[in-house]
Amino acid sequence: MSSVRFSRAVLTVVAASLVLGGCAAKTNSSSSSSSGSSGVNLPAVSNVPVPADAVLPAGNGKATCHGVSIAYAGAETGANAQLGLNIVNGVQLAVNQHNAANPGCQVTLKKFDTEGDPTKATGIVTQVTNEADILGAIGLPFSGESKSTGGIFQQAGLVHITPSATNPTLTQQGWTTFFRALGNDSVQGPAAAKFIVNQLHASKVCVVQDDSDYGIGLAAAINKALGDKASSCQDKVTTNQRDFSSTVSKITSAKPDAVFYSGYYAEAAPLDQQLVNGGYTGAFVGPDGVKDDKFIQQAGSASSNTYFTCPCEDGSLISSFATAYQQLAGSAPGTYSLEGYDSATVLLRGIDSGITTRAALLDYVKNYNADGLSKHLQWDSTGELKASTVYGYKVQNGKIVYIGTIS
Amino acid sequence: MHPLTVFLADSSWINFDVTSFRQEFWDNTFNGLTFGAIYALIAMGYTLVYGVLRLINFAHSEVFIAGAYALVFTLSGLGFDGSVPGLSTLALIGDMLLACLVAMLASGAIAVLLERIAYRPLRRKGAPPLAFLITAIGVSFAIQYAIFIWRGASAEPAVILFVPKALFSAFGTNITNQQLIIFVAAIVLMLLIDQFIQRTRFGRGVRAVAQDPDTATLMGVNKERAIMLTFLLGGLLAGAAALFYVIKVPSGVVFNGGFTLGIKAFAAAVLGGIGNIRGAALGGLLIGLVGNYGQTLLGNAQWSDVIAFVVLVVVLMFRPTGILGESLGKARV
Repeated sequence: MSSVRFSRAVLTVVAASLVLGGCAAKTNSSSSSSSGSSGVNLPAVSNVPVPADAVLPAGNGKATCHGVSIAYAGAETGANAQLGLNIVNGVQLAVNQHNAANPGCQVTLKKFDTEGDPTKATGIVTQVTNEADILGAIGLPFSGESKSTGGIFQQAGLVHITPSATNPTLTQQGWTTFFRALGNDSVQGPAAAKFIVNQLHASKVCVVQDDSDYGIGLAAAINKALGDKASSCQDKVTTNQRDFSSTVSKITSAKPDAVFYSGYYAEAAPLDQQLVNGGYTGAFVGPDGVKDDKFIQQAGSASSNTYFTCPCEDGSLISSFATAYQQLAGSAPGTYSLEGYDSATVLLRGIDSGITTRAALLDYVKNYNADGLSKHLQWDSTGELKASTVYGYKVQNGKIVYIGTIS
Repeated sequence: MHPLTVFLADSSWINFDVTSFRQEFWDNTFNGLTFGAIYALIAMGYTLVYGVLRLINFAHSEVFIAGAYALVFTLSGLGFDGSVPGLSTLALIGDMLLACLVAMLASGAIAVLLERIAYRPLRRKGAPPLAFLITAIGVSFAIQYAIFIWRGASAEPAVILFVPKALFSAFGTNITNQQLIIFVAAIVLMLLIDQFIQRTRFGRGVRAVAQDPDTATLMGVNKERAIMLTFLLGGLLAGAAALFYVIKVPSGVVFNGGFTLGIKAFAAAVLGGIGNIRGAALGGLLIGLVGNYGQTLLGNAQWSDVIAFVVLVVVLMFRPTGILGESLGKARV
């Protein structure tokens, strides 16, 4: 009997204490839907600049080749599969368009699943290099697996273009077969700083970094570019941290115009949410690691104050590409789909030019100098793009929208 | 100069940010007490089970996260999502109580099941303590990865119940309704559990088994029922903690979200004196405070856990049984 009375007592008291705060909660709910950052209005941009003479996979339709393949090596399954699938669909689209236009040159696309895992990737890439008909590869998507396999590609003399791995050290390993079809993290940091200062008109910025290689490297780059504007407000958080109360008090008492979070969306989302709940009204800026629909899901309505910087271009804004991609994949192009498409185009046009050996294709990529759909593609001796662009995005009505280039 | 002096004088590796620490002291205090209350509720689950069975129930963090999932599913079902709900106060309280009840039942059920499936068979066979410990760790991983396979690697979408609003100010800092609700409700729950153990017949049974299982059985106490009740109480508290956790961190429900929280709650239980219910409450609040102070003082959350555990080690050096001592079994009847 006593337990019944007891549980009733628990409920009553909990209810009473909830009433106490609930009254106050209600009065506040109407004022919280204001739209984030302070007076800055960067409108969504619905078209991206497409180079007029962009090289497309189709070519002139007269190419001849026989029994050649290109490979995709990267995640198709596993926890981070979505990014890999975005890329593989872009690559497949390029190959399909090429083969449809060139009856005399049918290139096979061979797909190898690394699950995004650096330890699995080494065996997979060895297998790729052992198949003699593969002249070039697209991949690998992630920085970790790229680092563990670059040497294997190098030994086999097999050219590969990554459409998404952005760790700056990848081009400092002395590899001559590695090419990157987008800007790296040390390009993104200064670009993000410029965006925050010039476009968001922030005079004081807080930089919060996580404990990953990516977050630490990017924070160093942006801090260098921001200088005095951020030197007085820095914080470091940990992966898997969910309660940010001490970071929030630091930021709300520093009253910055913008917060830059250097890390991934899993921590950025609760941080942004707790910042807005804590009364922060400035802008929240995150890099490509934060730019994900999951961020919006997890931060909820707080995400309306958020901007993203990314070396990736939104392929869904190029209508010819978006329509064809939609037909193939059954969904709109995702992050890095366009970069995958452009990278595959480079290899395909090389094969069209009559190349039949790995060495010749490597040479072709080294000397490549033409526009792709996303950007101008020309590499320096380390495999880094000679000129790279960073793009800006923001959250509008619960969706990520493009707001133009920022560097 | 001595290398150690050089090492300590070189401030690049460690930086005391005393200004921020002073500025944000009260902010950190109230936030620390709020999160500390959540630690304390979870710590009570560890301490209850340890007090009775001398078993560190490492799966308790998964009991908590299971409750958090149940809570989030219930709230999503009721129409809560990432935007601030425009509900009347009464409807909000009703929904919160319902979700809390579901979470408590889910956590309680998981805890009791855990005891039935994992621990009771071992007890029947008279297995050594190490077998229990490794079973607890195994169950913890099993539940974690079952959730991972089911829900994937990323957190559940945010479920926002209400936005914190300043009620009044103290020491130059605003106290929000969120902080007050969590702290007061948690303290009330802790008091109730404490009184339940101290004053009711069931509580007496639990203490009797904690003190001497064999004699308690001879005196007519149903030992198995007392053990089950202990797990149930711990689970119910973890379920309530899940509500407060989601109020504070609306998007914090993820498959491994209980792990760090559980470790810190366990540290809180040890700090207060494992087996001692009031000790767990005190330890939880202290761990919450110290972690927050440490993070601001060193400007780095990466140090927050270090500070919390350094304090734990220092306290244990001087009081090896924790601040209040291990006393569930030795309590006055």
